[in-house]
Amino acid sequence: MSTTYKLTTPLTDEDVCKLVIGDVVLLTGTIYTARDAAHKRLVESLDKGETLPFDLKGALIYYVGPTPAPPGRPIGAAGPTTSYRMDSYAPRLHSLGLKATIGKGKRSDEVKAALTAHKAVYFGATGGAGALLSQCIKAARVIAYEDLGPEAIRELTVVDFPLLVINDATGGELYVKPKLDM
Amino acid sequence: MRIIPAADVIEAVATMCMESNVELPADVWAKFRECAAREESPSAKEIFRQLLENADLAKETRLPLCQDTGLAVLFVDLGEDCRVEGGLRAAINEGVRKGYKDGYLRKSACDPFTRKNTGDNTPAIIHIDLVPGDKLKIFFMAKGGGSENMSRVTFLSPAQGWPGIKDFVVRRVAEAGPNPCPPTVIGVGIGGNAELSAIIAKKALMRSLDDVHPDPDIAAKEKELLDAINELGIGPMGLGGKTTSLGVKIAVAPCHLASLPLAVNVQCHSSRHREVIL
Repeated sequence: MSTTYKLTTPLTDEDVCKLVIGDVVLLTGTIYTARDAAHKRLVESLDKGETLPFDLKGALIYYVGPTPAPPGRPIGAAGPTTSYRMDSYAPRLHSLGLKATIGKGKRSDEVKAALTAHKAVYFGATGGAGALLSQCIKAARVIAYEDLGPEAIRELTVVDFPLLVINDATGGELYVKPKLDM
Repeated sequence: MRIIPAADVIEAVATMCMESNVELPADVWAKFRECAAREESPSAKEIFRQLLENADLAKETRLPLCQDTGLAVLFVDLGEDCRVEGGLRAAINEGVRKGYKDGYLRKSACDPFTRKNTGDNTPAIIHIDLVPGDKLKIFFMAKGGGSENMSRVTFLSPAQGWPGIKDFVVRRVAEAGPNPCPPTVIGVGIGGNAELSAIIAKKALMRSLDDVHPDPDIAAKEKELLDAINELGIGPMGLGGKTTSLGVKIAVAPCHLASLPLAVNVQCHSSRHREVIL
């Protein structure tokens, strides 16, 4: 039976280790957006020994490139993008303290191993529910790579953002295996 | 020769860009309700509940259904007895530019090497067919990257026939798993050549979900594929359930004696599309 937790950022080892696949988390606090191009720059910064635009310790990265904010709203539609494209970057970020990523779709074996090694989780948000998820985002501001437009890193303030534990820190996975001899 | 003012094309295209991104097509809305009622798993029911709530909210607030408002893909049937003042292609791109700006839609077109955003979601991907008459028919699709990435083109041996086609399509959907935002719509292009199979697979997605193929044999094959895909049990968002795809649409073209070209175009659950006749 799945449990629903209310968690606040930053996440601790204790927060992460109690989560099992299928649990629902209503997340409140600060999260950071980053997708393809931003990840490339983050890792290039690490290679050069530069300080990252946000502290990875206990942090969550949301794989999203939102639509422009219409007048009177902090952000436009903001649902998850497909996560596997960030698989080559995620283990290194987890090793530096990143506690969770939020996206949709399968992760590589390397990412799953990193979740176990560094006590971290992978959350799914509902793909294609961008208008609905946007309602939980109360503030947004670009903090880095503004030239990347929708791919810039944004700091989001979220309240009760609904997440589903897809991969937990013990190696579990929620996604169903297709009934097919593959 | 009938002259169609460029402004009419610009306005029609801009409207389709904006409308398709905030209002779930009626056929998809109906299919969500039908499939949700059939699901027994709580997670599948919950995903459909969220998608229906998202659709209601997008319609009411005019926020896009999804943050990936897509590349603009257009299929145009241009009557041979009409032309668009100032050029059809220019007018369509202007319409896309306007729709994505005025609708606060995300611009996702970029250079493949530098990854630099073109800034206005153009150039649109435009396929133009010349047809008899003096009308201009434009089909618009907002195509997201996550689902498009799961699409494939392959060449089977003619000996593999329908069993080979079925196996490839079902495996493709199985391998894509939760990535393309299931429950998907699957466009299948059979025959033609490398580019034609891909184009007809994409164009097949423009058909309404409740549309039954006029050829009873193809209609039966669409059902056979859909049933086999839904047997996979991937379900909405990959969390398990009876609905892995909402529909399968097949398009067929003659091909070379030596070939059996096959294209699978994967579309996400919201299957955002519109059409207009000018």
